[in-house]
Amino acid sequence: MITGLHLENLAIRRGERLLFAGLCLDLGASEALALTGANGAGKTSLLRAIAGLIAPHEGCVRFAGAKGDLEPEDARSSGIHLLGHQDGLKSAGTAWDELLFQVRWTGGSEASARAACRLLDLERLLGLEVRKLSAGQRRRLALARLVASPRALWLLDEPMAPLDSERRHLFGHLMGEHLAAGGMIIAAVHDPLPIPVRRLDLVFS
Amino acid sequence: MFQALANPQRFMAFSRWAAPLLAVIAAGLLSWGLWLSFSAPEDYQQGATVRLMFIHVPAAYMAMFCYACLGAASLMGLVFRHVLADAAARACAPLGAGFTALALITGMLWGRPMWGTWWVWDARVTSVLVLFLFYIGYMALQAAIDDETRATRASGILALVGLINLPIVKFSVDWWNTLHQPASVFRKGGPSLPPEFLWPLGVMALAYMALFGALWLVRIRAEVWRKRAQSLALQAAG
Amino acid sequence: MSGLWILFRRELGQTWGRGGGPVLALTFFACVATLLPLAVGASPARLGSVAPGAAWLALALASLLSLERLFERDFEDGTLDLLALGPAPLEAVALAKGLAQWLANGAPLALLAPVVAVALGAGLSLVPMIFISALIGGLGLSFTGGIGAALSLGSRRGGVLIAVIVLPLFAPPVIFGAGVIDAYASGLDWRPALGFLSAYSLAALALGPLAMAAACRNALS
Repeated sequence: MITGLHLENLAIRRGERLLFAGLCLDLGASEALALTGANGAGKTSLLRAIAGLIAPHEGCVRFAGAKGDLEPEDARSSGIHLLGHQDGLKSAGTAWDELLFQVRWTGGSEASARAACRLLDLERLLGLEVRKLSAGQRRRLALARLVASPRALWLLDEPMAPLDSERRHLFGHLMGEHLAAGGMIIAAVHDPLPIPVRRLDLVFS
Repeated sequence: MFQALANPQRFMAFSRWAAPLLAVIAAGLLSWGLWLSFSAPEDYQQGATVRLMFIHVPAAYMAMFCYACLGAASLMGLVFRHVLADAAARACAPLGAGFTALALITGMLWGRPMWGTWWVWDARVTSVLVLFLFYIGYMALQAAIDDETRATRASGILALVGLINLPIVKFSVDWWNTLHQPASVFRKGGPSLPPEFLWPLGVMALAYMALFGALWLVRIRAEVWRKRAQSLALQAAG
Repeated sequence: MSGLWILFRRELGQTWGRGGGPVLALTFFACVATLLPLAVGASPARLGSVAPGAAWLALALASLLSLERLFERDFEDGTLDLLALGPAPLEAVALAKGLAQWLANGAPLALLAPVVAVALGAGLSLVPMIFISALIGGLGLSFTGGIGAALSLGSRRGGVLIAVIVLPLFAPPVIFGAGVIDAYASGLDWRPALGFLSAYSLAALALGPLAMAAACRNALS
């Protein structure tokens, strides 16, 4: 399990443009970080770099475990949830089938998927095709994956944008529980998160 | 040498005089080769048309040689993520396609008097055609992806796939059709061509090689300049 | 391992069930085969002599059809991100996808191939050989084609591009596949051709996932 994240002198380049450079950050267990910054400042790129999808231009991403550093591949294959604008839910599949696949692929079980659905009040939607869900419902379905398969580091890109205030409150509660269990959260946000967080403002370098 | 030239500044300084020098060598060799070609005696079977061989055969060699260069540059680009290797790969493909097209066209011109037809579906012609199509596919892939780094890496992977696959294509096409005359220069027991043909062929092959070297360097330089202009424009735009 | 099995079953279901599944490829196969007599004439002598080769050509074209969906949808809707962060490396993901593609598209096409060839005038004795060569060759076509599909991710004009990239690479399986049937039909030794075809397919099975995974990583970056 990941118990710490260390970014060392990280620089990310997209095409010809250097988004940021020299970024150092340490995140420990039970800590949450809100990424803010203008559009195009590199919030999404930073999340994808931590997830290993983008190779950093300079510097490195290290994951700490209980007994020293983890292999990045191991940490990423079993310790990271990345939830971006694209949720990977196929619009023609039923909500339950899509969720169940995502949960099992990321290491959860059918029972935990059921429990997550109860928690997020999704039970009545499960038989519907994903394309019939509203944006808010669909996002809740995507969030159920985070709850259902336990992974320590949540990388969230605008997780709450489509949610109404009641669900935001609920999601805040779920994030609090994740942190209390020793998890970590990095979320790119425009609105403040409903939990105590540190803030990292990305500005153009 | 690779280590030294991997530095873009040093490469630019080196290629600045190397490219014109190679061009001069190419021009010299080409003139000499053409003179030799035209002063070579006529073939007792083919007559004067045998002179097409001196243009055709080196082009066919270059078609394959360019692919080897493309594959090597792509490998270096993918493994070391080096800008110059990427630029070299990008610069190489159109040259390779050009030599391949030249080989095909001169082959057709030669085939007409030799075999009485412009086109024969024999093994060597077909595999060169496949090579040509592959060059086109490589360039099409590169052109179709907007992000330049990504385009170069995708086409680099394709070039490596081709490096493994094209010999298989060659083998399969040979297997498909073994009717062609056997290879006559590089075969066991020494070349079977008379020396008065071997000389112009060798000189022309060297001339093509020098020409390719000069054009490649010029194109790599152009790639480097284009990149610089792009990043300057981006900087200017803020 | 269980994660991969889940993925494989899902991919099989997706390829089989989505957007008409193999029915589309099968129909395309039949359409190409129908156009052939209209193009070259219906004389049995002429058709019969080209039937096995034409069946193989149509097979190669039909197996191109569904390639565009192999990675493109997953790339666009974010599934590929999820797959990249799963229990198995992307190479294994590509292997599962390629195998599912083969079973859900290649195998039905291999079943139809003898029917098409016989309808065009090939002898009934060729039926088993056509099926076997199409099935084995289909494996190679799926994995070679998958490379093209992964490489063209994020490009404009995916479908046409895949065809342009992949068709030159289809030369060996088409040659060996049609060669098997040719040799068998003319009473020659067909085993070398079948051996080459199998070797090609196994090589594609082994190396294809590496290239596909590299191409996917490149597209995601």
